[in-house]
Amino acid sequence: MSAATIDAAGLGRRRAMLLVAPALILITAFLVIPALWTVYLGVTDYRLTGIQAANPQFVGLDNYRAALVDPAFRNALWLTLVFVFGSAIVGQTGAGFALAWTLRSVPKIVRTVVQTLVLLAWILPSSIVAFLWVAYLSRDDGTLNAILHTGGTDWLLAHPMLSIIVFNTWRGTAFSMLLFSAALGAVPPSQLEAARLSGAGTFAQLRDVVVPHIRGHVLTNTLLISLWTFNDFSPYLLTAGGPNHASEVLPVFIYNEALYGGQLGYGSAISFIMLFINLVIALFYVRLLRERR
Amino acid sequence: MNAIASHYPSQHSGRHPHRRRGLVLALSATLAVTTFAACDRTSGSPASPTQNANAKDVTLAITSNSIAGGKNADEADWYKNYVIPNFTKAQKAKGVNVTLTFQPSGVDDEQYKTKLALDLKSKSGADIVALDGIWVGEFAQAGYIKPLSDVVGSDVTTWEGWSQIPKAVQANSSFEGKTYGIPSGTDGRVLYLNKKLFAKAGLPTDWQPKSWQDILDAGAKLKSLPGVDPIQINAGTAMGEATTMQGVLPLLAGAGTEIYSGNKWQGNTKAVRDVLTFYQTLVKQGLENTDFQQAAKGRDESFAAFAKGKIGILLEGDYFWRSVINPKNGDAAMATRDSDVGWAAIPSQQPGTGIGGSDTVSMSGGGGYFLNPNTKYPQQAWELLQFLGSADAIKALLGGTARITARQDVNTEVLSTDPLLTFISEKVLPVTHYRPGLAVYPQVSQALQQATADIVSGKSVDDAAKAYQTAVEKAVGADKVSAS
Repeated sequence: MSAATIDAAGLGRRRAMLLVAPALILITAFLVIPALWTVYLGVTDYRLTGIQAANPQFVGLDNYRAALVDPAFRNALWLTLVFVFGSAIVGQTGAGFALAWTLRSVPKIVRTVVQTLVLLAWILPSSIVAFLWVAYLSRDDGTLNAILHTGGTDWLLAHPMLSIIVFNTWRGTAFSMLLFSAALGAVPPSQLEAARLSGAGTFAQLRDVVVPHIRGHVLTNTLLISLWTFNDFSPYLLTAGGPNHASEVLPVFIYNEALYGGQLGYGSAISFIMLFINLVIALFYVRLLRERR
Repeated sequence: MNAIASHYPSQHSGRHPHRRRGLVLALSATLAVTTFAACDRTSGSPASPTQNANAKDVTLAITSNSIAGGKNADEADWYKNYVIPNFTKAQKAKGVNVTLTFQPSGVDDEQYKTKLALDLKSKSGADIVALDGIWVGEFAQAGYIKPLSDVVGSDVTTWEGWSQIPKAVQANSSFEGKTYGIPSGTDGRVLYLNKKLFAKAGLPTDWQPKSWQDILDAGAKLKSLPGVDPIQINAGTAMGEATTMQGVLPLLAGAGTEIYSGNKWQGNTKAVRDVLTFYQTLVKQGLENTDFQQAAKGRDESFAAFAKGKIGILLEGDYFWRSVINPKNGDAAMATRDSDVGWAAIPSQQPGTGIGGSDTVSMSGGGGYFLNPNTKYPQQAWELLQFLGSADAIKALLGGTARITARQDVNTEVLSTDPLLTFISEKVLPVTHYRPGLAVYPQVSQALQQATADIVSGKSVDDAAKAYQTAVEKAVGADKVSAS
């Protein structure tokens, strides 16, 4: 990087700094300071109420040590990985690509209708969507029970993880679908044509023509939806982490510990661990992206 | 979202990848989605008692966990139809314009508590807040509420109401000998029973169990009825304090111990294991619907099921009778309440094994109204507080029905009009117990809830009790836990 010597915009150092100052101030106020504050709280025994709320004590790395041996934290971490793998990497990527691939060759009206419905699931507010799903999965008079004739099954209790994975796949597929639709549009039709003429089946076309073209998109997509899903709080609206912690993914775990249980210090420490895991995920994908070039 | 904008073009234009740029992108994407918003702790001294004492235009707000058409609807209606118009009128007569608003809330008590803690912590919130008595200690220690004499001045002791409120009830709004608010009443817990189901199962409708075994035996008979969950005794973490108060603690009292006595908390003791064993029996014999104990809204679901005549026995406080299944305005109104619902005192494990050798036991709680130390109008807020605690206002809240209020003068007038309340004041209050008024209690309570959740989800009694012991030691320190 040699930004100091090359001044393409011709702004000069002062004006350039003025230009980025508002953004930097916002980022500092709303991202950097809260993040540093989280780090600070994570080394105290700060609580929502009680004596530690008025007078938090420095406890060093106790919170981190406690987290590493806390079976509830390990459980939450594991469930989060299952949740990300199931609903983001398999569910949303799979469904999004399948939709984008099939919708290329259907009449325009069908494509528009399907895309609108899928988008609707994405853009509706979480609280409304959660309400719809609670009604859909309800034990008494739920739609799913009516369809499957499984009256009396409480899906959120019997299959909490499966429920939130299916829910999140349904909810977030639109992003992958849109991204893959755009990416597939950029695959030269001549190459697909040539592949077809030389006798390549659908799978061979996908593997040898499509995937090499859209690999970067796949990685970008996976990076973003993994991070989003990793930090997604909406499972709380369906199961509140229950029954008995069976669907307590990390964001829900932090909420339950920090606000419901009042352990703000411990919650902050786990938040920081989450931030670190996010960073690792992000770096992993960025590295993959770079290797492609 | 700017993470997309900044990252996406790099797919096409980034033919000359820069190492550092990739790192920055990864970082910004990470930060954009993970920031845990930290709350600011501003320090400041509370307003002085005389602040705005002579103001002619006053704005006050009051909040409680009640909402019109929902939770504690009668209380919410009382603010709207009685407190606001009458208090405003009384102040107007003195030449003061009061704008009084009520901030409703209709959520689980734990969520309400969290909301209030955050309000008070950020030096905002309503001028008068309704709190459960067990939160007083932790709120006081955190500095979220202050003794009345600090906020208002030493005049608070001259209020006429104090002489009407029994000491045990005053404890619901006190902490370490200091008064933080005005108590709003107390309550008692009983076993409710559906007399129709009892008759169908061949059980007497004036049922009074003598032991835990009697409850199980009745449950076994009720189980023969199709579509009926025989017994609902709260368990699990989703129900929060309702599990402790309407489940573990009354049972523990029946096994002869209080959760805290002699400077020690109950750990993995025989009494705790006996209680957990009782829960396990309920679950194993299919007498209790585990869905209610595990679902996020399980308590409300169990209320609705009882109102529909699908639960035989349910342990609750008098709140259930007057606010939940009340045919007039309950949140799970039961039209046939007066004819179909009976009640019995909660039996000890065996006759005579209850605390102090009693045959029946109960637990009582109660909340109160507290001043927000950051109120801009401490004197006017105190006047409103006295208004809320006046005999007239309380009678208006009751509106002809009965509940155990904080005031003796009101109680002698109203309790005899309701058969359940008569039963509670005569048979239950004499053997009842209160929770320890210690700031750490809610943490112990959560450990108890987790222990019952473990039982419901199939853990053994020994494992659940051991995990409970560890959790309590973590909360209060190992030297303050008894185990045997």
